[in-house]
Amino acid sequence: MDLAPYLLLALLEGMVQASVLMLTALGLSLVFGVMRVVNVAHGQFFMLGAVGAWLCAQAIPGPPAIGFAVALIAAPLAVGAIAWAADRAILRRIGYDPEGTIVSTIGLLYILQQSALIGFGPDARAVDPPFSHTLRTPWFGYSSYKLFIVAVAIALVAALWLILRRTRLGLIMRATQFDRETAQNFGIRVDRVYSAVFAVGAMLAAAGGVLVVPNQQAHYLMGTDPLLLSFVVVIVGGLGSLPGTIAAAVLIGLSDGLLSVFFSPTLAAIASTLLVALVLIFRPQGLFGRAAA
Amino acid sequence: MRSANPRLLLLCAAVVAALFALQFVLSEYLVLTATRILILAIFAMGYNMLMGYTGMLSLGHAMFFAAGVYAAGLSSYYWGLSLPLAFVLGVGASFAVSLVTGLLVLRTQAVAFMIVTLMFAQVTYLTTLQFSDITGGDQGLTLPTGARGFTLMGIAVDLTRDSHRYNLALALFTATLAGLFALTQGRRGRLFAAVRENAGRTEMLGFNTFRIRLVAFVVSGTLSGMSGALYALMFGYIGSAFAGFELSIEALLFTLVGGPGTLLGPLLGTGVMTLLIDRLSGVTSAYLIVVGALLIAVNQWAPAGLLGTLRDRRLPWLK
Repeated sequence: MDLAPYLLLALLEGMVQASVLMLTALGLSLVFGVMRVVNVAHGQFFMLGAVGAWLCAQAIPGPPAIGFAVALIAAPLAVGAIAWAADRAILRRIGYDPEGTIVSTIGLLYILQQSALIGFGPDARAVDPPFSHTLRTPWFGYSSYKLFIVAVAIALVAALWLILRRTRLGLIMRATQFDRETAQNFGIRVDRVYSAVFAVGAMLAAAGGVLVVPNQQAHYLMGTDPLLLSFVVVIVGGLGSLPGTIAAAVLIGLSDGLLSVFFSPTLAAIASTLLVALVLIFRPQGLFGRAAA
Repeated sequence: MRSANPRLLLLCAAVVAALFALQFVLSEYLVLTATRILILAIFAMGYNMLMGYTGMLSLGHAMFFAAGVYAAGLSSYYWGLSLPLAFVLGVGASFAVSLVTGLLVLRTQAVAFMIVTLMFAQVTYLTTLQFSDITGGDQGLTLPTGARGFTLMGIAVDLTRDSHRYNLALALFTATLAGLFALTQGRRGRLFAAVRENAGRTEMLGFNTFRIRLVAFVVSGTLSGMSGALYALMFGYIGSAFAGFELSIEALLFTLVGGPGTLLGPLLGTGVMTLLIDRLSGVTSAYLIVVGALLIAVNQWAPAGLLGTLRDRRLPWLK
C-alpha cells in the first residue's frame, strides 16, 4: 500500500481542521487573556454561527455564494450582539468572579443550545458550498472550498493581529489585559473593553462556524467538540498567549487530522484530553507559555 | 457525649422520620420518584462535601458516579456477583478513582481545578464509548433479572418492589447523613471551612491543607460513587449517560439550589430540581433551558441557595 495519498489527505484535512480551530481557540484565548474569564459557552457561539449560515442560505435566493457572503458578515455580527448582551446582563453583574463566571456561562451554554433546539430543530442540516470546484491530485479529487476555509481563517487571524498590534483599539485591549486598574486610571472604560472583547471572541467562533458549515452539517449539539478542542489548544499554547494559541492550533489540528485518519477519533480525543489535563497539572503555563503572570 | 450541633441533629432526625413516613402517604409513582431523589441526594451531598464545605468547585463529578455505576454494574452483569458484593466493589472502585484523581488534580486550584476535573470526566465518558462492546456505550446494558434481589443477614430484598427500594435508599441516605454530620459539624468540620475561607492562614496555623483537601475530595468522590453503584443496581441499568457532562452539572445545580455548605441543602435542591425537571421534560424536550436559566439566576441573586439564605438571615446553626 502506498502511504503518500493517505498522508496528503491527512495533511489537508488537518490544515482545514487547524484553521477553524485557530479561529475558535483565538476567541477563547482573547477572552481569557483580557478578561480572565473562562467562557464555557464559547462552543455555542460557534454553533450559532453555523446555524446563522444555514438561515442565510435559506432566506437569500440565488446562487449559494451570495447567501454565504452575507452569512460570513451577518452571522458573526448577530452572534457578537448576543455575546455583548450576555456580558452586560450576566457577567458584569457578578463582577467577573472566576468561578461564578464558569457557572453562569454553563447556564448560557444550555440556554443557547436549547434555544437552537427549539428554533432550529434536532436535525442536522446541510448548506451548499459557495462554489464547488474540485482540485485534482494524482490520487483523489479535493474540494477547493476547504482550501478557501484555510485562506479566510488566515486572513481573519492576520486582521486580528493587526488590530491588536497596530491600532489604538488594540492598544487599549492590551493595556487592559496588562493591568486593568492602571488602564482604568488612565481613563480607559474597562467595562466597555470587556463587552467588546467578549463580543469579538464570540464573533471569531461564529466565523469558524460559518466557514465549517458547507463542509460539515449544522446541528444544535455541534458546539461541544470545538469547545473542548479550543480548551486543549488554549491550554497547550499557554492561557492568554495569542502566538502560543496559533502555534498550538496548528499542532493540534494537524495531529488530530493525522490521528483520526489512522486511529479511531474517540481514541484520539481520549489521548489529547488526557494529555492536556496533565499539561495543566504539571505545566500550568502551557508548553509555549512563560511562567504564570 | 454532647452533640456538636444539637439543633441540626434534631432537624436531621425529624427529616429522616418524615421521609420514612412519606412512603405510607405517597402514590406508587411518587415513591419511585422519591427513591431516585434520595439516591441522587447522596450524590449531591458528596458533591457538597467538596464544593460547599471545602470550597472546591468540580465540573467532573460524573466520573465518580460512573466509577460506581460501572464497577457495580459490570461485575454484576459479567461475573454474576451478588448485589451486596457488587455494591461494595462499586464503592471501592470510586474510592480508588477519587484517591488517584485527587492526588493529581489537587495540585491545581480554582479555575484550573474546574477545567482539569472537567477534562478527566470527559476522558471517562469517552472511555465508556470507546469500549462500548463491554460497557454497552450509549445504548447501555440492562442487568439480568436474576440480579434484582438478594438476601443479607436473613433479610430478603427484592429490588423490583418499590417499598424495598425506597427503604434501602433511605437507609443508605440516613447513613450518609449521619457520617457527614460527624465529619462536618464540630471542631473537625471547621477545618474544611477554614480551607475554603483562607487556605494560606490555615496552613500558617500548622494544618496540612493538602491533606484536608484530599480527605474532602475522597469522601466526596466515594459518596458520589456509592450513589452511582446504588442507582445502577437499584434500577438495573448502566449506560454512558451516567458519565456525561450533564450529570456533573446536575450535582452542581442541586447543591447550588439547595445551599452549598449546608447539610440538608443537597436533599432539598435534589428534590426541588428533580420534581421540576420531571415535570418539564413532559412538556418540552428542551427542558435544559430551564436548568441553564436557573444556574444563571441562582448564581446571580442567591449564591447561598435556599437553605444557605435561610442560614444567613435567620438560622446560623443550619450548616
